[in-house]
Amino acid sequence: MAAAAAICRVVIVGAGHAGFQLAASLRQNGFDGRVVLIGDEPHLPYQRPPLSKDYLDGKIGFDMLQMRPGSFYDEHRIELVAGRPVAAIERAGKAVVLAGGERVDYDHLVLATGARNRVPPLPGIELDGVCYLRNLAETEALKQRLASCGGAVVIGGGFIGLEFAAVARGKGVPVHVVELLDRVMARVVCPDSSAHFARAHRRTGVEFSFGRRVERLGGEHGRVTHVVLDNGRSLPADLVLISIGVVPNESLAAAAGLAVENGVVVDEQLMTADPAISAIGDCAAFPSRHSLKNPVRLEAVQNAADHARCVADRLLGKPHRYEALPWFWSEQGAERLQIAGLTAGFQQVVLRGDYAKGEYSAFCYAGDRLLGIESINKPADHAFARRLLAAGRSVTPAEAADPDFDLRAAAAARPA
Amino acid sequence: MPHVTYRSYDGNSTTLEVPFGTSVMQAAVLHGLDGIVAECGGSCMCATCHVFVREDQLAQCPPMEPGEDAMLDGTASPRRANSRLSCQLVMAPEMDGLVVEMPETQT
Repeated sequence: MAAAAAICRVVIVGAGHAGFQLAASLRQNGFDGRVVLIGDEPHLPYQRPPLSKDYLDGKIGFDMLQMRPGSFYDEHRIELVAGRPVAAIERAGKAVVLAGGERVDYDHLVLATGARNRVPPLPGIELDGVCYLRNLAETEALKQRLASCGGAVVIGGGFIGLEFAAVARGKGVPVHVVELLDRVMARVVCPDSSAHFARAHRRTGVEFSFGRRVERLGGEHGRVTHVVLDNGRSLPADLVLISIGVVPNESLAAAAGLAVENGVVVDEQLMTADPAISAIGDCAAFPSRHSLKNPVRLEAVQNAADHARCVADRLLGKPHRYEALPWFWSEQGAERLQIAGLTAGFQQVVLRGDYAKGEYSAFCYAGDRLLGIESINKPADHAFARRLLAAGRSVTPAEAADPDFDLRAAAAARPA
Repeated sequence: MPHVTYRSYDGNSTTLEVPFGTSVMQAAVLHGLDGIVAECGGSCMCATCHVFVREDQLAQCPPMEPGEDAMLDGTASPRRANSRLSCQLVMAPEMDGLVVEMPETQT
């Protein structure tokens, strides 16, 4: 492929899971040109999932978070530019401009800029004690506050908020979760699973307010002391975690004239309208054969790593459509949630396993189409679900409901 | 400190000190060994830390949970009788001297 032969320098903006994996995959697959990996955080690239779990809990240190040791980058000739935000993309001259003015030329540019916390426009949001949990610096700050916390309010009952709640309860901290919708993780799991997780958290002492909006954060001497809900209730808190989701970092792309729409818009090969620019990971809005609605933008390690490998293949002259099956996981105290596929838009849910005991899978259907499978404390089901869905296979609702149906065999069977 | 020997697919051997409580996967990643990807960071979610344990040492390893067993059905390099996910091999005294072989590919 002539275009591939011309690529001597790949510049990657963003050194999270997607950016790191792309650099690593390029080298692993024999790319011989320059690889420049630019990140705006000062650290070596690190894993984010443990931040809200074992790292916050103090069970592991930064060495266990690192993707690879520092020597890896030298050995694989990956030019890591850490702690340097990118200010602009100059598409005409094929260069990115770092904050400070330095230019880095590219033959191919990959935007792996990730996402940032959604910050609600609440009175009191600037108070000391208002925390976030997305990057290492935020987690460090949160960890220190948690050590002397008298009471935490979590705004937003999604993965991050609930993972935090589990760690905080483990340390004996009172936790109250405020959720705008009527159930936890409403965007990602079925109502049965929301109910299961709410029960599990309540058993450990977490309190919930559902269907409630936060009106304002109150404080004294610049420090947060309480959270006021729209029904007038005041919840005491010296720590408030804002966990209402993220927004994609798309402003660099937008300023460069690339299409953005809840993410940097890319095609089925993850390329923007400019053939010299791709976008991967949390910042990319892409068409997925696994989704009822397109484009989708996903926030997941799987998505980041598989996007990276797809673009690495293309840059090495083996272009193909991105078709990987999305999967997700969350660990909340003793509870383990694993999701295969994209369940948004489901109309029917079939439970398989022991729901009362909290060891089951929820098969989510739209009409006859199996969209995805949530597995709760059922890791084997999840492994089978991934293989089944990745192969484009399905099981009927009746099969899913039948305890004698052999899911392992269905997953192992070759596609027709 | 206990040791684990990693044999790469192309035949190179590396012996690392692996503290008790650290997994065979974590030690490999900390030292930047190629051949173990460990995409999920050790949550038994991705099957990219697949290794083959020397047959006569299998009994020294911790027993396999159903989740690991199921994940091993989907490894990129075909599963063998001595396949394990190295994130689940947490170092214990009886595992000192463990020898693991890395498969051709993890993804």
